[in-house]
Amino acid sequence: MAQPQNTAEQSVDQKTIVSMRNVNKWFGQFHVLRDINLSVDKGERIVVCGPSGSGKSTLIRCLNRLEKHQDGDIFVHGIELNNDVKNIDEIRREVGMVFQHFNLFPHLSILENCMLAPIWVRKTPRAEAEEIAMHFLTRVKIPEQASKYPGQLSGGQQQRVAIARALCMQPQLMLFDEPTSALDPEMIKEVLDTMVELADDGMTMICVTHEMGFARRVADRVIFMDEGQIVEQNEPEAFFNNPQSDRTKLFLSQILGH
Amino acid sequence: MFGRDRSLTSLLNDTFIRGILFQALIAIGLLLSINWLADNTLSNLANQGKTLGFDFLTRTAGFQISPTLGTWMLDYKVGKSTYIDVYLIGIINTFIVALLGILAATVIGFTVGIMRLSDNLVFRWFSSFYVEVVRNVPLLLQLFFWYFAVLRAMPSKREKLELVEGVAGLNITGLYLPAPIVSDGFIYSFLSLIVAIAITFLVRRYVLRRQAETGQILPMFWIGLGIIIILPVLVHYLNGSPLDWSLPEFKDTGPKLRQGYQSGAGMVLVPEMLAVWLALSLYTAAFIAEIVRAGILAVSRGQTEAAYALGVRPNITLRLVVIPQALRVIIPPLTSQYLNLTKNSSLAVAIAYPELVSVFAGTALNQVGKEVEMIFMMMMVYLTFSLMTAAFMNWFNSRVKLVER
Amino acid sequence: MTKKIIKTAPKKTTMKKAIPSDIGAQAGYVRIEDAPLLPPPPSEAGITGWLYKNIFASMSDFGSVSAALKSVFVAASTLFILYFLITQISGLLDFAIFSAVWSDPEGLKRQACWTVEQGGALPNGWHAACWPFIEAKAKFIFYGAYPNDDLWRVNLTYALGGFMLAWVMIERLPYRKIVGILLLTVYPVMATVLLTGGAFSISTGTIGVATILGLALITIGRLGKAGYVSGAFGDLAMVAGVCGWLVILFAAVLAVFAIDFDLEAIDTRDWGGLLITLVVAITGIVASLPLGILLALGRRSEMPVARFLCTVFIEFWRGVPLITVLFMASVMLPLFMPEGVNFDMLLRALIGVTLFSAAYMAEVVRGGLQAIDKGQYEGADAVGLSYWQSMRLIILPQALTHVIPGIVNTFIGLFKDTALVSIVGIFDLLGAAQSTLADAAWSTPVQGLTGYLVVAVIFFVFCFGMSRYSMFMERKLNRSHKS
Repeated sequence: MAQPQNTAEQSVDQKTIVSMRNVNKWFGQFHVLRDINLSVDKGERIVVCGPSGSGKSTLIRCLNRLEKHQDGDIFVHGIELNNDVKNIDEIRREVGMVFQHFNLFPHLSILENCMLAPIWVRKTPRAEAEEIAMHFLTRVKIPEQASKYPGQLSGGQQQRVAIARALCMQPQLMLFDEPTSALDPEMIKEVLDTMVELADDGMTMICVTHEMGFARRVADRVIFMDEGQIVEQNEPEAFFNNPQSDRTKLFLSQILGH
Repeated sequence: MFGRDRSLTSLLNDTFIRGILFQALIAIGLLLSINWLADNTLSNLANQGKTLGFDFLTRTAGFQISPTLGTWMLDYKVGKSTYIDVYLIGIINTFIVALLGILAATVIGFTVGIMRLSDNLVFRWFSSFYVEVVRNVPLLLQLFFWYFAVLRAMPSKREKLELVEGVAGLNITGLYLPAPIVSDGFIYSFLSLIVAIAITFLVRRYVLRRQAETGQILPMFWIGLGIIIILPVLVHYLNGSPLDWSLPEFKDTGPKLRQGYQSGAGMVLVPEMLAVWLALSLYTAAFIAEIVRAGILAVSRGQTEAAYALGVRPNITLRLVVIPQALRVIIPPLTSQYLNLTKNSSLAVAIAYPELVSVFAGTALNQVGKEVEMIFMMMMVYLTFSLMTAAFMNWFNSRVKLVER
Repeated sequence: MTKKIIKTAPKKTTMKKAIPSDIGAQAGYVRIEDAPLLPPPPSEAGITGWLYKNIFASMSDFGSVSAALKSVFVAASTLFILYFLITQISGLLDFAIFSAVWSDPEGLKRQACWTVEQGGALPNGWHAACWPFIEAKAKFIFYGAYPNDDLWRVNLTYALGGFMLAWVMIERLPYRKIVGILLLTVYPVMATVLLTGGAFSISTGTIGVATILGLALITIGRLGKAGYVSGAFGDLAMVAGVCGWLVILFAAVLAVFAIDFDLEAIDTRDWGGLLITLVVAITGIVASLPLGILLALGRRSEMPVARFLCTVFIEFWRGVPLITVLFMASVMLPLFMPEGVNFDMLLRALIGVTLFSAAYMAEVVRGGLQAIDKGQYEGADAVGLSYWQSMRLIILPQALTHVIPGIVNTFIGLFKDTALVSIVGIFDLLGAAQSTLADAAWSTPVQGLTGYLVVAVIFFVFCFGMSRYSMFMERKLNRSHKS
């Protein structure tokens, strides 16, 4: 494996986007992430699944420092993730995140939601930020809602806006934390379709999700986590048809059985 | 068809006419009661030899009022000033102590409220302790505490405690500070302050436009602060500093009765005012702290997380995401507390600070005896404050309502 | 440099890609052995973790200049606050307990609390509480000038009230509703008789007239219900019926007040201290609750006259300070009444406090009514209940449980506000404490502080207890309403 660089230099050709080595995390006494070793290449699509409490969300939240890991190394796009504020800022600029509960800013319009980060983080002029925002809103197929407010949109529309908002920063990596778990069934498809299109366009993504159909369609690798550790990972076909570990088998039977 | 018609009329009968009948009953009952009350009042007043009328207002008031902003502004003189002056003095003093109290309470309240949410255990305990103790003891008792605690600690009338040599000092008769004496050129200094503020607004517009066009962010806060401070000060000095200070005078020689701080030199804040200010500020601050805490907690963690995930730094997140949402929740109850503070200033009657109730319903009422008119005049002032606050709150709520389906 | 929009990458030809072999993770990976469960690092758990998270975390961020300044500021403030708290609390404990004088066996009164300089036995510079002073004045602080022989009546009232209240508050006891109703109806009458002595001069004639009037109104109501009176007048008749029951109740109360229980009549001027505070606060709240409910209903009503009047009433009483209300009550109430009607000072204050509190209560109830789902109103209408029936059976029970925390908070506020009656000359707890300060036999430099400290503690205990109860109720209600 290519050795990740320690400095803040970044090269856009860097192949390994994420590198986690021997990462451990505790919440108080609870050992929530155990010996995590993970590498993600540019262009890879990863799906992380597992029972609740297995640490999947914590794993991806460690990647943009929404959670702090206490042991091990994490490198994102060649930058080490530690307490250095400059590193954290840089990493957050290159990593986009979509949350289960959308977390759109309710007091700003859709367009303003998307423009906020480019203006204040990348110091983009307003006209250009608006152009970028409209471009991505068109990409997620809701440009006509630009002047509305989040409270006026349906859940599916809000989540698509959230995806557009993250894309406006033109990140190298997109993290999805159970993006469809809070949606009504009829709206899940529109969001998944958007994510599939994103994947088709070559975005590196790590998704925590229960949508196994999506995993089969899009994933390069499926990772199964249980009790804080990565138990099994494989290509989707092999993963779903030929799970190796007993725990994987149990989980799959629960998820796919009914 | 007949059946239909009849059901229609009985429907009318039931809801509409019933409503009208009910309201008519209420209105009649109310008018009758008011009539009876008014009757009684007039006959009782007649028996006491009084009449209703506001002409007493032009009579001169014959009692001394402690030196306060009101007496200074209206140049109160015993035997010369009328009851209208007394009324206005009461209003001014209420207003000034309410204003100072609101400022102090807001600063303290916001600080304590944020401390309640801190990671630091000592901050949390201290602020909880403060809030619980202050909220569960009556304001009147706290007022007495500060008054007596403040008074006890003061040197007596013929001694003083110097805060700043020759400039500020205090004893039991009050806190003495230099009083500003404005000479002719001062108006320019004041005007230049206004101009500086206007310039700051223009600069801000320029800075925002520049950010919109090029994306560059300039430090508006420091620029604005610089303009507002430097320009007036510059003008002031160039003009020859037309501002003099009347320093407090302290005499410790001569006849014993005349020793101590001399009146007429410098500005004095009587201990009653200090006690009222302290008590009102600390009491209301405890309630404001709880309001601020609730407001900040009302903004879900996901909002800050989403902003951080986008790479937005914490101070900008606070400014653009958290505070606008928190303020929506904070401002309505905050304005209620401001109103409560203004109403609570009436407690100053217990320690004879000359605000409205104390000076008008206390001393003046004893002298004039026109209860109905005077209490009416007093209540009008407070009602006006309340209605203005309610109107503001309605306006504010309608403006910042989050747009929903 | 601003970033240009990145052209989209060329579309992938295959959906899945083999995982590059130079990544540590291989195509397919299964964990054979569980990773060990390790103990957390010291900064995370245990005593050090707790210390770090609660105290040192806010002081140890030196990532940038502003963060470093903030950390230093936090550290300095923490130290200062700790110092301040420790000195103040130890000072308070010293004043109240350790250095305080607890007994006065020789009956020296004020001399027991004098320093050598002043003529007593305590060392110079002594400054602490003088508890014998409180002991001597305790009865005055708690009962005022109530005659000692009749204190049992006050104690009985307290005990009965406390017992019934506890019964209503404790969840598991049966018949809570019945006790609650008794508490709000029978208990006030009993308490009035016990405390004042009863035996008011009410002529049997008045009682008789009231009874007959009540019976008449009830009959009208019955007729209306049975359908003999139609349409709008039918409703009037039913209202009359309800009024009839109220009149009968009133007559019953008058009858009880007229009975001579052979108790010494004690003027309200002799009541004082905690007794007055409790009487004013409790009467205020109990009397303002029905009035507040009516006002809230009126404000939400669709009849413009009722809505206007109720809004004006509520906004008026909420817009003026309580002290002006008390002044108004004590000075203007006698003017409003016909000649010869003499008003007890306490009664005037009670009326003022009740009207004032009713306005706040109305807003609290209105909040509860607004919180109820519109579907409840519609459901009640659909089943065919009349306005009053739906209010009584469906809406109000739900609204009132919602607003119990709000009511308790209003009560706490009212309890504190009762201290204001001392300004209009009624001896409440604060007033009683203040008057004890005038007793020269106990004049010491610490007399004031000791007295005020005791009063503050009493207020604090009551108010803090009630606020804890209110939070407990709120938590319980939130849990039961989790949808």
